[in-house]
Amino acid sequence: MKVMCAMSGGVDSSVAALLLQQAGHDVVGVTMKLWGGDSDTGCCSVSDVDDARRVAQQLGIDHLVFNFGDDFDEHVVAPYIDAHTRGVTPNPCIECNRSVKFARLAERADLLGFDAVATGHHANIGRSANGRYTLVRGSDAAKDQSYVVHMLDQAQLARTMFPVGGMQKADLRALAASIDLRTATKPDSQDVCFITSIGGRIAFLGARIPFRSGTVVDADGTRLGEVESVELVTVGQRKGLGVPGGGPKRYVLDVDTASATVTVGSHADLLRSELIVDRMSWVDGPVDGSVLMQCSAHGRALPATVSAAEEADAIVVRWDEPQRRIAPGQSVVAYDPTNTRALGGGICR
Amino acid sequence: MRAEAVEAMMPYLSELYANPSGSHRFARRARQAVDEARDTVARVVGCHPNEVVFTGCGTESDNMAIVGAIARRGGVALCPAVEHHAVLHVVEHLDGRSSGGHASGRGSVVGVDAFGRVDLDELAAILGATPDVTIVSVMAVNNEVGTITDIAEVARVVRRHAPDALLHTDAVQSACWLDLRDITPHVDLLSLSAHKFGGPKGVGVLVERGGPKVDPLLVGGGQERERRSGTHNTAGIVAAAVALDLTDRERVDENVRLVALRDRLVDGLRDRLDGITETVPREYKVAGSAHVCITGIESEALLFLLDEAGVCASAASACASGAMEPSHVLAAMGVDRSMALGALRLTLGQTTMAADIERAVDVIGAAVDQLRRHHPTPAVADVSAPTTLDPIASAS
Repeated sequence: MKVMCAMSGGVDSSVAALLLQQAGHDVVGVTMKLWGGDSDTGCCSVSDVDDARRVAQQLGIDHLVFNFGDDFDEHVVAPYIDAHTRGVTPNPCIECNRSVKFARLAERADLLGFDAVATGHHANIGRSANGRYTLVRGSDAAKDQSYVVHMLDQAQLARTMFPVGGMQKADLRALAASIDLRTATKPDSQDVCFITSIGGRIAFLGARIPFRSGTVVDADGTRLGEVESVELVTVGQRKGLGVPGGGPKRYVLDVDTASATVTVGSHADLLRSELIVDRMSWVDGPVDGSVLMQCSAHGRALPATVSAAEEADAIVVRWDEPQRRIAPGQSVVAYDPTNTRALGGGICR
Repeated sequence: MRAEAVEAMMPYLSELYANPSGSHRFARRARQAVDEARDTVARVVGCHPNEVVFTGCGTESDNMAIVGAIARRGGVALCPAVEHHAVLHVVEHLDGRSSGGHASGRGSVVGVDAFGRVDLDELAAILGATPDVTIVSVMAVNNEVGTITDIAEVARVVRRHAPDALLHTDAVQSACWLDLRDITPHVDLLSLSAHKFGGPKGVGVLVERGGPKVDPLLVGGGQERERRSGTHNTAGIVAAAVALDLTDRERVDENVRLVALRDRLVDGLRDRLDGITETVPREYKVAGSAHVCITGIESEALLFLLDEAGVCASAASACASGAMEPSHVLAAMGVDRSMALGALRLTLGQTTMAADIERAVDVIGAAVDQLRRHHPTPAVADVSAPTTLDPIASAS
């Protein structure tokens, strides 16, 4: 097959390209230029692009850079900034997968005559007995990334490959080292690519939106303290709330950016029996009944029952046991009761 | 590179490898080769040999002219918005430095008309309002769209409104198409790059008319009459002179031949494809330049298909990551973003033959068909990209 392999310059996508080549595919490596500003690897992540290109050269495959900076700004960066002004905590990597990697890049690949797009994600694509595609957790449980690719539907899965999904990370690094790939020992990326580790989220947002101080109150409205920037407060947060210590532990229950108010309460106040999830996408059509819900990239999947909500594309999640409130904007992903297959996901209201 | 230039440089990479600044017989032979190359360049450019400074590239020449002028005399630099980044970024950088890190807004970058020619009224107005302009830099031929700017006309405005300012022209794209002797008398400084006329990469020329006008960028051993220190690239300089001389001798005939081929190419594409616009009318352009905007496609995707079909293409300008950047030239010309999205730049040169034209029309036509079949409505992004039919005359 003719496969376009998205190469970030990391070890996973380097090995993905290697495995595709070993399997006899006609592989072209593509690095997307997404962010033109500062990053931890230089402007436009130049050193990552260099790594991807050098790996492609070593493998003897063509390597291209596609500039999807406008798409990234529109679908990832601008919504990320906007979400913070509304007191919402988004997951930009998931939006990038949804709107850029598996949309813009996949369309480009299709247009150029490629049969599939491959990435270095730790996830697996299976087929059920009826021929439908399934999205299965990566074989290395600690590295599983099915959560961040949960938005893929049948048509997308049919044209997607995750060559390293079946590997243990240690084996993957050993394979990379065995042929002397320069990325073999490169550390895993941890953070949002457009946020530098030095400035962090505060510097990034501070340069783009005005921070407003906020009043911290308890549930009955009693003023307890003040935060410097209400835009940086997240539901569930416990520290940095400007509340004098010594008392009971207080958690953020709610953030109202309109009135610049942060409501805090006890851990018990934070517990919820249900959750509404909007913008649901399904791997193979809507599901209801018993599932396991995962609410962060490497969080534990928690038992719940899901059913359709009144609004289109929304579901109600009823926890088997009350759970801490999930921050609005977070992605939540449903897995089957055996905790192997991702069924679909959406964004916490 | 032109074969004659390759041949000319080879001895200086082997038996005549000596440093021309040395004092022995082999050094003297190398020195003679550099001196003769300088004479050749001076003859083609229309200046005295002692006004020719060999540099390491066109970008160095541009930088030396602008940075060197500000270093020597202070003040500010001006250029049109369509300049090559080797000029534009220098001017913007100096402007930022002079005003504490941010563009001063004093108008260091001048607007252009719809064809990419500097707006002379705006230039005059800025010169009138900005008494400390030290240098004005205006390119003779635009690298992206091929537009010719009448440097004599620019010179009249500059001399009238800023008699003390230096006028520099980035003539890097001009040597194949224009008689440099018509340009040089109007300017103080002129930059060339050897690889644009069939010479080697890594050799540039800065012409400083009437003696030193600017401070040198590189200080050291005092080569090039202390205008540009650094051991001479003898082989490159010799080859550059050979290529420039041949280019000059063939220029008139090549213009006639390539105008015909360029017209066949553009007419062929227009016949073959709907939704194709010539970005600049041909009468304003050099012969080797064809720049079109094709609706319903993205250049980045088109270039991939052309590359796959063996039609070599490269980016108009790429950032350090290698990604194609939106064209600042088309934006300055006021070309609509949706049009600029499908920009395609084709450059013809010495090696371009009629068969190449037929093939290019076929390949581009088929590629555009494929992209439009899959993609009836244009998506986002904004890329300008050239397709290089001729590796020698490749513009960048």
